[in-house]
Amino acid sequence: MIKFENVGLRYGMETEVLRDVSFEIPERSFQFLTGPSGAGKTSLLRLLFMSLRPTRGSISMFGRDIASIERHELPILRRRIGVVFQDFRLLDHMTTFENVALPLRVRGKDEADFRSDVSDLLNWVGLGDKLHALPPVLSGGEKQRVAIARALIDQPEVLLADEPTGNVDPHMARRLLRLFLELNRSGTAVVVATHDLGLMEQVDARRMILNNSHLDIYG
Amino acid sequence: MADTPMQMNAETQVTQSAKPTPIVPPSNIAGQALSLVIAIMSFLACLTVGAVLMIDRSASAWQSQISREATIQIRPARDFDIETALMEAQAIAAGFEGVVNARIIDLPQTANLLEPWLGTGIDLAELPVPRLVVIRIDERNPPDFKAIGAAISEAIPNATMDDHRAWVDRLVSMARTTTFVGVAILALVLTALVLTVVFATRGALASNHVIIEVLHFVGARANFIAGQFQRRFFWIGLRGAVIGGGGAILLFLIFQFWAQRNLTTAQGEQVAVLFGDFSIGMGTFIGALLVIALVATLTTLTARLTVIRTIYEIDEQRADPSRQFY
Repeated sequence: MIKFENVGLRYGMETEVLRDVSFEIPERSFQFLTGPSGAGKTSLLRLLFMSLRPTRGSISMFGRDIASIERHELPILRRRIGVVFQDFRLLDHMTTFENVALPLRVRGKDEADFRSDVSDLLNWVGLGDKLHALPPVLSGGEKQRVAIARALIDQPEVLLADEPTGNVDPHMARRLLRLFLELNRSGTAVVVATHDLGLMEQVDARRMILNNSHLDIYG
Repeated sequence: MADTPMQMNAETQVTQSAKPTPIVPPSNIAGQALSLVIAIMSFLACLTVGAVLMIDRSASAWQSQISREATIQIRPARDFDIETALMEAQAIAAGFEGVVNARIIDLPQTANLLEPWLGTGIDLAELPVPRLVVIRIDERNPPDFKAIGAAISEAIPNATMDDHRAWVDRLVSMARTTTFVGVAILALVLTALVLTVVFATRGALASNHVIIEVLHFVGARANFIAGQFQRRFFWIGLRGAVIGGGGAILLFLIFQFWAQRNLTTAQGEQVAVLFGDFSIGMGTFIGALLVIALVATLTTLTARLTVIRTIYEIDEQRADPSRQFY
């Protein structure tokens, strides 16, 4: 589904952040992406989300070479990917419910058709009583869960999560991991970028380890 | 998804408000500041439009009033019957085609004209004061001034004809200059209006960058995002322009009311002579409506283009990771 071949990424004249990175993300797969701070996890996720293009090498997404993808095609392809940003990127003037429903709203869906799905998902991530709360009054962990729910609401083919458990307690982290595993079982490929060794030890999944700009894959 | 959380609590009910929150926040400090800037600039632009139209009207009126008349001046002389000469001049002038009528300025009227210089209670019969015959002219079919002048001079050697040409020429020139200066000021004000609206709109949009980015990344098309913003900014622009334009028209109406109430006073007459009657013509209303339409369109277009440009820059950064726009 996603294939990287000898991908390199450099910001300006700096040294390469990613060097000769090659891997595949098959359908329905589950993997952790890990490595020390500054190793390039977020850059790799941005490449996967098509918000960056590599400086060399080739990337194929859903059977398309991203070098040949036109600007106007990006929104449609991005709809097949769910992303949990490290800084959440929630819209502060919208309620929790509306933030989660946003991807469906921009696709032109009617609220009556997705109301129960959104509320169920928010209940599941433990925010059933915060449907009408605005992000500024939520804790870091709650914002994290809203961001996760927003990424999942349209059942993407791939879920990319950047440190999704960074702001939640171990109990909630396990719960979110169960959510990712359930999604994966239902057909969504999942890439979780994390520092949390404890989280990774709970699942026997492929590990992609970034170190010194190189990627090693285990499992 | 067979066992996803979406199906787990299907019975959960949510009561959302009937009207969802707009994607672009309805009002924030930047939006209110933009509305205020637009209101002020629209007010100034509408005032300038009204003032330029009033100046143009007054300039045309000065020109027209003075060119509607010509004057025959008869100087007194020893053993000269000025009253007979006045009547003769009146008869000669009235006989020409293009002259509507010829009117002798009698002694009391002459005394009134000279009152500012000579004061009251002067017996003009004792003084060698020139007398006037005022000729009213058909503007559409003016007479041959040279022929009238020649006929008058031939019949009455003491008489001279003044067709006000020198004054008319000066007034035409002054009226044109005044109108030109007014139009130039209007052009400057409109340029300032356009630039202010464009930059203020872009400034207000800068605070919404996160919204544009999030919408772009959750798969919204550029047209959808631009549509959300242009709708919001259209209303901000329209509100500001209506407040500003309405304020300007209200001010004109207050002036018009004041001028009408003071028309009979000396102060009112002076103002009327200089600035006309302060009436709000259809031109002022149309001008204000055009300013309002211009501002609303400009705000909408700027919002649209800025959003499209922001998305373009996000995608440019994608193509060239070394570029940093924000």
